[in-house]
Amino acid sequence: MTGKTQACLAADAVARRSYGKLVAYLAADMHDVSAAEDALSEAFAAALSDWPVNGCPDNPEAWLMTVARRKGIDGVRRRRSGDAAAQQLRAMLDQHATWADAADDAAIPDRRLALLFACAHPAIDTNIRAPLMLQTVLGLDAKTIASAFLASPDAMSKRLGRAKQKIREAGIPFVIPDLDELTERLDGVLDAVYTTFAQGWSDPNDADLLRRDLADEALFLARLLAELLPQEPEALGLLAGMLYAEARRRARRDAQGDYVPLAEQDISLWDASMIDDAEALLRRASTFGRIGRYQLEAALQSAHVERRRSGRTDWTPEVQLYDALLTLTGSPVVALNRALAIAEVDGPRAALHIVEALSIDKRLAEYQPYWAARAALFARVGNLGEAHHAYEIAVGLTGDPALRRFLQSQQAALLNGGGAMHA
Amino acid sequence: MQYLLMLYAEEGGWARMSKADQERGVAAYGAYTEALKAAGVWVGSNRLQGTNTATTVRLVDGKSQVLDGPYVDSKEQLGGYYLIEAPDLDAALGWAARCPGSSHGTIEVRPVWSYAG
Repeated sequence: MTGKTQACLAADAVARRSYGKLVAYLAADMHDVSAAEDALSEAFAAALSDWPVNGCPDNPEAWLMTVARRKGIDGVRRRRSGDAAAQQLRAMLDQHATWADAADDAAIPDRRLALLFACAHPAIDTNIRAPLMLQTVLGLDAKTIASAFLASPDAMSKRLGRAKQKIREAGIPFVIPDLDELTERLDGVLDAVYTTFAQGWSDPNDADLLRRDLADEALFLARLLAELLPQEPEALGLLAGMLYAEARRRARRDAQGDYVPLAEQDISLWDASMIDDAEALLRRASTFGRIGRYQLEAALQSAHVERRRSGRTDWTPEVQLYDALLTLTGSPVVALNRALAIAEVDGPRAALHIVEALSIDKRLAEYQPYWAARAALFARVGNLGEAHHAYEIAVGLTGDPALRRFLQSQQAALLNGGGAMHA
Repeated sequence: MQYLLMLYAEEGGWARMSKADQERGVAAYGAYTEALKAAGVWVGSNRLQGTNTATTVRLVDGKSQVLDGPYVDSKEQLGGYYLIEAPDLDAALGWAARCPGSSHGTIEVRPVWSYAG
């Protein structure tokens, strides 16, 4: 292997391992996310020309940090003048001394949590929080993030730029909020991680690598949160819920790539150790005695996989969990899922009553699962006309070819007199 | 704002599909159109005949020049379009991703030129 290839591999390994940690430290230091990213990318470029000649340093993180800080200081000199620059430079140089001689990267404080809190600050637009986290903590580029969130790459890049500008200009702090504020602020962070996961988990087939990766990135962030905030039951609950869902990934499609509804999934394809991890997390979360949205979501996921042990699904506790979740969130999606659980306990008519009432909610009008649920319920009560129409809209709203085929076969089954029993 | 979704696909793909798959494909487009209409997004849509039926016309040195075949001879060809009304590009991209054409071809999304006043 040439020195150059080796240097590239080493730089790549550091980027994977420590990118977020380095950006977080530099950003908190410079109070500027963009400047930190620029300085770090210059440092990586410097590494690619220096390491092949002089060999990989013993502590590549510290090497990169030293170079990045020097680049950052040059940047401050270029951008600012006079007292403000002098003051900031002094502060940066003072802190520099505290870790520069450290022998390993453990000496570089982990400020990723503070960076996550800055990204999910109430002053930052809700829609850009998750993309901002993916870019700053994981180093994903705007183009990748845009594709994953189905947005234009150009617009995504501008929105990310504006958010970072806001962090700098509004002086959004890079700190972990005090206890009295923590729970509320943590919601913003958890919500953004959950959004990222849902984006990666939603319809597309596993062939869609980009989204598959997004679920992995979200899991990385959730693991990080659970590790850095072991006393926060909601952080543990979020990770648990995501692990339950991720554990079922392989079972969602059959060998032909066709969609398999949850109730018909082959349990042997579920990842048992992931489910065990989730159960343990959920149990640990419950010991704190502070219930919340993500613990409830995880408890529902746990109920979904209950037939792994008992061979059947008990719907009564599911309805109770949905009741609690609905009270807490008021979400129409929760109301819809609650109706589907009620269909299993009190029958499809009771559920249809709720689903019909939900039809006035505009947020569900373009929500494919709403139409699929509606179709399945109408089919069960024998109203084939309504069922057919609802399937038609559901088919039209899905972007996932496997799910489209499944819904089409359900729709076709109406004509053959077969009831559509799944949703 | 109006956006034109231009559906490009490899033309031979359709002929190679089984009859059942073709029927399912047509039904999927029908359902997509219904969903667009139900959401109040649909403005217009059409499927085009194959590029073997295409003819191009342009004026060269003051004389009309008519040629057989499509304007661009590429692997994927324009096979149809949807004209939709969407609040912004992201919403239009969301609809494009739901179009059956996005799984067997490529969809180009372009805003329609709007004239002020």
